[in-house]
Amino acid sequence: MTPAPLVALVGNPNAGKSALFNALTGARQKVGNYPGVTVERHAGRSELPDGRPVELLDLPGTYSLDPASPDERVTRNVVLGELAGERRPDALIVVVDAGNLDNHLRFVLQLKALGLPMVVALNMVDLATRDGLELDPEKLASALGLPVVPTVAVRRRGLDELRAALHEALRRGPRAVPAASAIADLRSLQREARSIAAAAIMSETATRRLGNRFDRIALHPVSGSALLLVMLFVIFQAVFAWSEAPIGWIESGMAALGEGAAAVLPNGFFQSLIVDGVIAGVGGVVVFLPQILILFAFILLLEASGYMVRAAFLMDRLMASAGLSGRAFIPLLSSFACAIPGMMATRSIDDEKDRLTTILIAPLMTCSARLPVYTIIIGAFIPDRAMGPGIGLQGLVLFALYLAGIVGAFVAALVLRRTVTKGASSGFMLEMPRYQWPHARDLLLGLWQRAAAFLKRAGSIILVTTIVLWALLTFPQAPEGQNQVEYSAAGRIANGIEVVVAPIGFNRDIALALLPAMAAREVAVAAIGTVYAVEDSESEGGQATIREQLQGRWSLPTALAFLAWFVFAPQCISTIAVARRETNGWKWPAFMVGYLFALAYVAAGLTYWIATAAGL
Amino acid sequence: MLSPTFPLSRLAPEQRGTIESVDWAALSEPEAKRLREFGIDDGVAVEMVHRATLGGGPIACRIGRMTVALRRRVADAVHVVPA
Repeated sequence: MTPAPLVALVGNPNAGKSALFNALTGARQKVGNYPGVTVERHAGRSELPDGRPVELLDLPGTYSLDPASPDERVTRNVVLGELAGERRPDALIVVVDAGNLDNHLRFVLQLKALGLPMVVALNMVDLATRDGLELDPEKLASALGLPVVPTVAVRRRGLDELRAALHEALRRGPRAVPAASAIADLRSLQREARSIAAAAIMSETATRRLGNRFDRIALHPVSGSALLLVMLFVIFQAVFAWSEAPIGWIESGMAALGEGAAAVLPNGFFQSLIVDGVIAGVGGVVVFLPQILILFAFILLLEASGYMVRAAFLMDRLMASAGLSGRAFIPLLSSFACAIPGMMATRSIDDEKDRLTTILIAPLMTCSARLPVYTIIIGAFIPDRAMGPGIGLQGLVLFALYLAGIVGAFVAALVLRRTVTKGASSGFMLEMPRYQWPHARDLLLGLWQRAAAFLKRAGSIILVTTIVLWALLTFPQAPEGQNQVEYSAAGRIANGIEVVVAPIGFNRDIALALLPAMAAREVAVAAIGTVYAVEDSESEGGQATIREQLQGRWSLPTALAFLAWFVFAPQCISTIAVARRETNGWKWPAFMVGYLFALAYVAAGLTYWIATAAGL
Repeated sequence: MLSPTFPLSRLAPEQRGTIESVDWAALSEPEAKRLREFGIDDGVAVEMVHRATLGGGPIACRIGRMTVALRRRVADAVHVVPA
């Protein structure tokens, strides 16, 4: 049996290619990775009019076959049949924006020279009409010598016609092409594209573009920044406020699961491994899912509406002063939820040095995992005093911690760009898509795919690390009457760590907590709680007692140093593992861990010494 | 030079013009390539969408039928004749 024909969707960025892919495949999609590169591979199934299946491949958007970024290289190599592990497509669907034929037809002409069976999807015809353009698809088809099908992907219009045209193109097979035509340069292709576009446009009425008028507000340094700030405020508010309830459900669900497992499984190592290791550890990560989903929903919304590029535009000036480009804004924003999706989002940055710098500073954005640590320490040590109307000292300290991370990231970027990631400024050249209403189905699909990717990546890594940590804390077994935590391998490692961290005011309990904090940062608090609970068998568990314990055992300088440590803290193991994946090796993650450790140490030390000298 | 050309970066907001020439030598290879991909070429119509009055910062302009963001240094290499 011959495999289903492979059909690739190609086109310029912002041609509505992914929306068309979603419309053709529905939810029958598989998201993976191309071998050897960190570029996502989106594949799905669709049917020809006669019921035969076709495999569709959504290739990264690119302007030409001359690649600038890893994404674009994948598109080029797949189309040319030069990507190892991927067969050459049997046909192409080239997606063009009906409102920007001048530009998009150039790529059509370049692809046409390859000779593959090809169909042109004249997408977003509704928006072109809205902007006053009347097109003649038949004229376009005869000028191009290719079948042209008008489509509106988000409204699912033109899909049957597209499938029929694809069927016909596949039946006819490869077209004969003049040998020399493939080498035509961009400039002459562009001129040809422009004249074809001009011929296909029947009439053009000048309309005042609403988007342009909005851009005057959205791109303005003052009004645009104000708009962006308000949006960010709303997003962060939502991330923390809306996630409270679902986080509670997940926590109680995990607790119930743990209790259930404890009841069913016999006492012993296996029970401890499942309950304390697997369920508690994986649960510790899944708890962030609500926040990550809410943040992603907003990011997808902003991307789909076309606003995200405007935000990058506004941020470019600021980013340029740190040696980065406005494009780094989106990954860094994601990193406030979790650095893992943040690092994955750097794939859209074409400059290698720029991308690397963004990955290296992403962990400095305060991820949501640090929030529980901040809250409990602030609650225990910072007095709940009003500093002005609506401003409390506790909130102010929390804000300062977030700010310290951002400032730290900028300083780090500045230094990195002048030393280890030195290179010419990569510049900022971006197409600004037209504003459009996001489509709920595409948003939900995107959200689902990102959530699945996060769970798969974080879940598998965290599973391994929690098992290792559990083993470190459980073995060797303490003899009767001795403290298990003290006696365990982790306890012995903590003895070594204590020597190093004693000068910056950390006591032994903190040294012990730093180890599990590597699995997931918020575990630090629980770990300290466990240590105290084990030591003080008569005291009751719960947060109130942890707070009292902390107040009794830590000095204020120690608490402040602990907070400073966590601003720059060595990131969790999952983050390090993802950094390795994204940079293809251990060199950069090792560097990242090293410089962050150094930064955290110095910051905590300075805080401790200054606070002690000030007599706090 | 007879025609009064000036850099694209100095077009006032909402002002239109036509690209007269591009100083390709002033641009790096990837920059030149991306500009060509944006469709920048002699004779193409441009319109300034946004330019901050003060300081640097990128500009947004329409090239043919698309809006693009460029840093000023790059936009300086594109010479336009105002319409």
